Amino acid sequence: MDEGTTSITLSEGEGTRAFLQEAQDRCGQSLRLCYQCLKCTAGCPTAPYMDFNPNTIVRMIQLGLKQEVLESKAIWLCVSCETCGTRCPNEIDIGVLMDALREMSLEKGYRAHEANIVALHHAFMESIRRFGRVHEATMLMEYKLRSRDLWTDLVPGMKLFMKGKIPLIPGRIKGMKAIREMYRKTQRKAGAEKK
Amino acid sequence: MKRLGVFICHCGVNIAGTVDVKRVAQEMGEIEDVVHSEDYIYMCSDPGQLLIRNAIRDEGLDGVVVACCSPSMHETTFRKAVRSEGMNPYLCEIANIREQCSWVHQGERERATHKAGEIIRSILEKLKQNEILETLTMPLTKRVLVIGGGIAGITASIDLADAGYEVILVERQPSIGGRLSQLSLTFPHLDDARCILGPKRAEIASDPKIRVIPYCEVEEVKGFIGNFDVRIRRKPTYVDWDKCTACGVCLEKCPVESLSDFERGLATRKAIYTGAPGGDSGKPVIDRGSCRHFTNEDCAICQEVCREGAIRYDQGEELIEERVGAIVVATGYDLFPMEKIGEYGYGRIPDVIDGLAFERMLSPSGPTRGEIRRPSDGRIPREVVFIQCVASRDPERYMPYCSRVCCMYTAKQAKLLKQKAPGAQPYIFFMDVRTDSKGYEEFLQQTIEEEELIYLRGRVARVFREGDKVRVWGEDTLTNRKVELDADMVILATAVVPSEGIKDIAARLRATTDKHGFLTEAHIKLYPVESPTKGIFLAGCGQGPKDITDTVAQASATASKIQALFSQDVLLQDPLVAFVDAEICSGCGICVRVCPYEAREMDEYRKISMVHEALCQGCGACIAACPNNACELRNSKAGQVFGMIEVFEGRRERSSAGG
Repeated sequence: MDEGTTSITLSEGEGTRAFLQEAQDRCGQSLRLCYQCLKCTAGCPTAPYMDFNPNTIVRMIQLGLKQEVLESKAIWLCVSCETCGTRCPNEIDIGVLMDALREMSLEKGYRAHEANIVALHHAFMESIRRFGRVHEATMLMEYKLRSRDLWTDLVPGMKLFMKGKIPLIPGRIKGMKAIREMYRKTQRKAGAEKK
Repeated sequence: MKRLGVFICHCGVNIAGTVDVKRVAQEMGEIEDVVHSEDYIYMCSDPGQLLIRNAIRDEGLDGVVVACCSPSMHETTFRKAVRSEGMNPYLCEIANIREQCSWVHQGERERATHKAGEIIRSILEKLKQNEILETLTMPLTKRVLVIGGGIAGITASIDLADAGYEVILVERQPSIGGRLSQLSLTFPHLDDARCILGPKRAEIASDPKIRVIPYCEVEEVKGFIGNFDVRIRRKPTYVDWDKCTACGVCLEKCPVESLSDFERGLATRKAIYTGAPGGDSGKPVIDRGSCRHFTNEDCAICQEVCREGAIRYDQGEELIEERVGAIVVATGYDLFPMEKIGEYGYGRIPDVIDGLAFERMLSPSGPTRGEIRRPSDGRIPREVVFIQCVASRDPERYMPYCSRVCCMYTAKQAKLLKQKAPGAQPYIFFMDVRTDSKGYEEFLQQTIEEEELIYLRGRVARVFREGDKVRVWGEDTLTNRKVELDADMVILATAVVPSEGIKDIAARLRATTDKHGFLTEAHIKLYPVESPTKGIFLAGCGQGPKDITDTVAQASATASKIQALFSQDVLLQDPLVAFVDAEICSGCGICVRVCPYEAREMDEYRKISMVHEALCQGCGACIAACPNNACELRNSKAGQVFGMIEVFEGRRERSSAGG
């Protein structure tokens, strides 16, 4: 935790509001409604590992701390279990918010503190794009190359392979055309938003 | 008395948790003359009272001791119960084994049980010599004095007049309306303060039963519930209000200007001025302190321009004496002076104003005609900081209590700010946001979302001028970060304090105040609108900070309490008053001098002292002062009190304490 070091200057109302507005538009949640009851953080399984608790993330968005939020570990450690959103008295779905923040972080090229998690996300998405479902062998390969972490989990990986849990030949699904269409559409949309 | 009954209450666990009530009941039953002794979980409940009534009837009791809570709680309850069985109520006594025993001896079961027994024994000893007394009656003046013409006083006056009683409504300012007349829109429904006040003012003006005396002070109050004699000093207005048509020419032409209290220093007023600006402001008064006629004689412009010849520089003050049966104290509030708060600029930064000043700015009849303008340069502000809990909830330096209205009015003011200056961004520094009434939380949440308010949790450390801005240093404790802001305007929600002079008025009424000057109630739950001084009723912020809704409810409560009082033809009073043994009294007159209630007087013919029973409150001052023990208090005679002491000293045999 690295709290209490930076001070906030709130002299431009527009600047403070801009990030909040952007985050709200992206996730479709009314973030101003948060009254900091901490119900989200109390139920969050990954909060103990986060640099900022989920409630603090919402607070930081309210105060316009864009860079800190988009570079935080918290947005990548969220496992989207949705406990927060289910319990929030103001119906703020923080899981959805976290997704939006991850997108914003990547789009705007912020330094991701949890690069391996980003690498895993990419490897997963790539695998789906290619085969329409996860193919463990190529996905793991891609992850290993992206993360440059070749040795971790090698032994359990080998064990799984020996038991036939990691097939070499990827299986294909019937609806590949639809999958490709989905990727094409969402990428075009993301591209349009970037402009 | 030979057939006494003792009834011991458990008060749930309040008494029984500390005192062994079963053992006490058994021990009391063994005392001579006690023919009935029992305990019960709640003696004040219906079945509990029935136990007492049945015992009186079945066992022919001729005296009852109820061992329970303080007599101020339930003495009346039990006396009513015994009366319904035909017993004289003054043969029922309370032994206080809760406040004076179980509550103060928790964890000392053995000693508390012993003490409870001793207390009951001593009361039995007193009861043994009690006389049969009859309730005193005295005349009742069915007219009410209401002190303070704010919404509390106005509401109480209208309610009482509607019930058919005459009301005298006195106000210190030149016109009635109080703080409410300074406000803009009110939370949570955003009703215009004038729409609440206007019709009520009109009702008061047209009601022949209500006599409004503005610009006056209550100088003296004598007498008691049912018959107070009050003297009201009407300050000279130097304007003959009978002739004045409130045309306003004098206000225009007067050459002297000084800062207006009503506008909280945001505007000036002339030396001749009215209570509130606008149509329903009433007639003007001249401020003797600033008027040039009184400082250097030559100015008489107002007199020259007045077509009605209403200006009268020689007007003197007027004393009005009235007799009333009850008094409503609705003296209202003030805001804690900003000048005392160093870290927020001692009130010297023009763009730092208090909540009431901002209300004036928001008000269409205010100094800016409802436009939001910085006091320093008249610019429309963009960054506006609101600071809550200024001098409230600060036991070390200022007021320890919560002022109750600031959270809501700050949210409301931020909302109105956004409506009037859409480019503005409100920042609100808070400790907690308290929205404790119907519709308040909903109002707050809706306002935060719709008006894009930024709430920052933490007290502001410092506010100071930086160029043409006001720099605010604070901290957001939710992110643990220092916050710095360059604000155009800062609004302080300063603490609600009792209005000036409350302690003097309270002293004149013999009403009590707490250490902050708020009037104290007789019991916070049982008698919340009554002062401990009988006949004095409390409404509005003089009793404690509260919003308009609560103030109006409290004011109506005082009116209904007074109606209950006035529903009797005569006033009933406890006969527990002083009396004089004419054989012993030497006529020295010491009692006359010590009596705080003017209930003692010399009988010049017999040369002895007398007691006006209707005035005597049974305080006992004369009894202590009498050099030859000629004064006694009914049912607390010296013999009885000494008997009680002897029980504690153990001089009376335990077994014969009752007989």
